[in-house]
Amino acid sequence: MNNGATMNIYSILISSSLVLVSLCFSYFQKLKLEKEILISTIRAVIQLTIVGYFLNYIFGLENPIFTTLLLLFMIFNASLNASKRGKEIKNGLLISFISISIGTIATLSILVFSGAIKYNAYQIIPVGGMVISNAMISLGLCYRQMAANFKDKREEVETMLSLGADILPSSAEIIRNSIKTGMVPTIDGAKTLGIVSLPGMMTGLILAGTPPVEAIKYQIVVTFMLLSTTAISSFIACYLSYKGFFNERKQLI
Amino acid sequence: MAILEFKDVSYTHNEKNILENISIEIDLGDFISIVGHSGSGKSTFLKLCSDLITPTDGYIKYKDKYFSDYDPIELRKNIAYCFQTPYLFGDTVMDNISFAYSIRGKKIDLDRVNKLFSMFNLNEDYLEKEVLNLSGGEKQRIALIRSLLFNPEVLLLDEVTSALDVDNTLVVESVINSLNEKGTTILWVTHNIEQSRKYANKVLTIDTGKIKSLEVIA
Repeated sequence: MNNGATMNIYSILISSSLVLVSLCFSYFQKLKLEKEILISTIRAVIQLTIVGYFLNYIFGLENPIFTTLLLLFMIFNASLNASKRGKEIKNGLLISFISISIGTIATLSILVFSGAIKYNAYQIIPVGGMVISNAMISLGLCYRQMAANFKDKREEVETMLSLGADILPSSAEIIRNSIKTGMVPTIDGAKTLGIVSLPGMMTGLILAGTPPVEAIKYQIVVTFMLLSTTAISSFIACYLSYKGFFNERKQLI
Repeated sequence: MAILEFKDVSYTHNEKNILENISIEIDLGDFISIVGHSGSGKSTFLKLCSDLITPTDGYIKYKDKYFSDYDPIELRKNIAYCFQTPYLFGDTVMDNISFAYSIRGKKIDLDRVNKLFSMFNLNEDYLEKEVLNLSGGEKQRIALIRSLLFNPEVLLLDEVTSALDVDNTLVVESVINSLNEKGTTILWVTHNIEQSRKYANKVLTIDTGKIKSLEVIA
């Protein structure tokens, strides 16, 4: 294996033979996945090549405006995906965009001001990507939990409404439960770091030649930022979205 | 004077007519028993009364003002609704009682609470009991107490004695009757014919979403 951050084209070509392994399994086990494997491999190569050149271009510009625009583009895509997970959520795209943006901005600001990372494309884009994708997954979980809870706990909510409670106290337990659902995977992930898995960022740094003791410092910061973003984004998204389950007469729809 | 007035009220859900052309005036101090087969629309009628759902046609008035003119929260504080299946939230009975006070921004009045507990044949130790350890009958009575803490003007009851034994059914009937004598308007859905005629001054029969009869008991 190459010890540096660069890899020559022959190494990639030789490693592509690994695809043959999965093709062989599919063929001899009659899984009928050969076409899927080939398409996904080709797509992965094309997409990553385009992204690589695109990022190379953006990084080369060294322009904070382009970096910010790219971050916004990533947030928009993540919001679109999260909102698809929660079709019952009214204004899901807007709510997701607001909550992921605030979660990302708050976390990245602390990291930049603390000096942990610099606001340049080389650091902000990959770190931002981790933050945004984590927030997106959390929001998807929050939305699904919230929709299921409002359906299953209809009598509970209506009992509280009938006592004269406003929609917030009537939904408080559901909101709490949904935020918790969004945060638990990140918390569990943090608990098992280094024991069950060596996370992507740390692995990447080690592969690029960074000493493991140095790599864990970055991973610790990443863990902090993922916990923070998940909490902020889930909290904002749940508190913005619960109202969509009620009409103007404060009746559960 | 009519405290509640339904005028040509219909309610449709998922393209199914649950209630059709309901027109009725409920007078202040009425004790109306509501009877009818399962699925006839009795519970939907109560839900409309408590503004938990809105008619798809017609209107409802409370004290001569349209429901839509009231803040729904204030309206529901005056029109209490006890569900067929009592739902108790939180961990203890206290959580349920204190909820009614906290949503009004008030401190819990233990004298009032204890008085209601004794009226319903429960002692004050129940306050600290865990909701999970209560029987169906105890839950039903706690749910009633929770609705009565602030003397609602209208009390909507949906088969609230279904989980009670004979003795406690008599206790609940007696408390509800005494509230009615003090001026609370009662609408009580029941399947028990004897119970429906015991204290009520009117019996409303609903059949397949329509008013079949409104009998005034002499």
